[in-house]
Amino acid sequence: MISFRDGGAGSAGAAAENAIHTEKLTKRFGSFVAVDSVSFDVPAGSIFGLLGANGAGKSTTIRMLCGLLAPTSGTASVAGIDIARNPEGVKRRIGYMSQRFSLYNDLSVEENIRFFGGVYGLSDRELAERQRETVRLAGLEGRERALTRELSGGWKQRLALGCAMLHHPGIVFLDEPTGGTDPISRRLFWDVINELAQAGTTVLVTTHYLDEAEYCNELVLMHAGRIVAQGSPGALKREVITGSVFEVECSDPVAGMSTLRGVPEVRETAIFATRLHVSLDKDQDVEAAVGALRSAGLTVSAYARIVPSLEDVFIRLIDRNGEAKA
Amino acid sequence: MNRARIATIMVKELRQVSRDPATLGMLLVVPLFLLLMFGFAISLDVKHIQMAVLDRDRTPSSREFLQSFLHSEYFDLKQVLDRESQIDGLLDEGRVLVALVIPKDFGRAVGNGERAEVQAIVDGSNGTTAATAIGYVQAVAADYSQRAFVRSLERAGVTGMKTTIDFQPRVLFNPELRSANFLIPGLIVLILMMTAVLSTTLSIVREKERGTMEQIIVSPVKSMELILGKTVPYLFMSLVAAATILATSRLLFGVTVKGSWLDLSVVTLIFLFGCLAFGVFLSTISDSQQVAFLLSSLLTLLPTFILSGFVFPFRNMPVVIQAVSYLLPGRYYLAALRAVMVKGVGFQAFGDQVLALLVFAAVMGGLSVLRLRRGK
Repeated sequence: MISFRDGGAGSAGAAAENAIHTEKLTKRFGSFVAVDSVSFDVPAGSIFGLLGANGAGKSTTIRMLCGLLAPTSGTASVAGIDIARNPEGVKRRIGYMSQRFSLYNDLSVEENIRFFGGVYGLSDRELAERQRETVRLAGLEGRERALTRELSGGWKQRLALGCAMLHHPGIVFLDEPTGGTDPISRRLFWDVINELAQAGTTVLVTTHYLDEAEYCNELVLMHAGRIVAQGSPGALKREVITGSVFEVECSDPVAGMSTLRGVPEVRETAIFATRLHVSLDKDQDVEAAVGALRSAGLTVSAYARIVPSLEDVFIRLIDRNGEAKA
Repeated sequence: MNRARIATIMVKELRQVSRDPATLGMLLVVPLFLLLMFGFAISLDVKHIQMAVLDRDRTPSSREFLQSFLHSEYFDLKQVLDRESQIDGLLDEGRVLVALVIPKDFGRAVGNGERAEVQAIVDGSNGTTAATAIGYVQAVAADYSQRAFVRSLERAGVTGMKTTIDFQPRVLFNPELRSANFLIPGLIVLILMMTAVLSTTLSIVREKERGTMEQIIVSPVKSMELILGKTVPYLFMSLVAAATILATSRLLFGVTVKGSWLDLSVVTLIFLFGCLAFGVFLSTISDSQQVAFLLSSLLTLLPTFILSGFVFPFRNMPVVIQAVSYLLPGRYYLAALRAVMVKGVGFQAFGDQVLALLVFAAVMGGLSVLRLRRGK
């Protein structure tokens, strides 16, 4: 299922299976519209990705759903509870991890765990059990007494997630959880997220890493406060990229890109490192594109049809000026 | 309200403070430093004024006149001069504060009951000290001139004459007029205000900066639980600071508490509640530690120092400034502290002050709970 910018996707009923349901959720700061009439449903137990550049409105959406910000208009329910009517009820059922993995650097690993456990009202017995669980989840066995400031980014990140999960919430919100950490830590972190989802937790995660978006069951692509597209990664690629995408290795990708702009068969060109991704309507059109590059004096060493990535989808949907294409 | 949640926050707060030398220093070392500085270095007492004298008369009368200055502990004779031209140099270098010039025919004039003009040249660069010194010179001179007058009457045959008014002031509460007794209560106000407001504001703003505040706000913790959990540890630490100041001022300066310790503790607690609530309020309007630091120092230290009656008396302030001083909790607490510590009187004597402090604490407490709720 896929829909574009109509804002009404799947909003009919079905609140029971949906962990999160938003309808025309809007947040204005003065005259600036940070989130503009956003509607989506998050099925229980899924990994749901909010994708978009910085300033697209992802964090503001999450902050409204967690009860940190009041919506200007529209409604939303989390775990079946209306966020405007009963924000305290929502708080007990969710976990939240902000962009900055907010832990106390001057407290040790176990002191952080005990603090957040205490704040969520866990009993001593529960706390002892959850502490073991969290330390295992974060892979911090034997470092319980280390000060958090001595941990590297990846460990902090997993500990922060563990702290957000101490009270075993059914839904967890992760706001750019992997920002600023290395690829291996990101991979390990996503292993933990998958583990949580398999145990039945609904995960709503924001990211601007398109490779991470591939791990999500369902995606919402946001741009300038609006939903540009939504669907599973596979459906988005199939339905947004109707033609084919070729990867072309050429001697000067920048010159190549401007050359290809003048070729009528080429629908879109983007630079991926030293290669060009060329979107075409038909596979045969690649000959025209390569021919144009060669006659412009560029060397084309290789070209091949590729499975489009989410980045290709993103580039197709948002043009170079950052405007969403209708 | 959930007591376990409050306790969790308190334990965390104490742990963090115990690991943070800067905060610990601010709470315990700075008060002691200020106390020593104010206690030893700043004295409002004017004693041992350095004096030079140019005695052009050199008669028993002029010597007697000079002696009447040196009998008191207020004047020390630094130098006897030969020429008037020496005076400027001594004053310029600050070696003496007062130069006394006794004219040539002083003894004769006094003996004949005539007018004798004595000149005192005073270094006026510190207005307060100069004014005090002039006052002392006048008092000593007046006393001498009265005695001389009586003597000349006796010589004329009028006996049994006493000076008409025998002025004997009796100073209550602080009989030795020691400025430590006056300054230390003010210092307590200043230090408590600073530590209580600054430490709470910074501890909350630090969490806002680090992002941990957001993590607490998404938890089921209520505003009131958060406020109590964050302020009670600083209340205890401020009380410890207060006790340290009291103990040190007793040891070093002999300042004692004349009134009841219970009254002192109660009024201190009320004042601290107001300060802590004020700290929470300031934290809701500042987003960075720099802003918080600036705001809390500008709004507490300076006004308390200048406008609470710590050093500068209210009656000398312009009416508008006096009106502003009524907004300062330090003003009321200082009045109450001086009443308990120096005068030794009870609540009935400073009920108004206690009431004003209660109003301040209630207003600030209400404001900060409101602001913190809206901040969610």
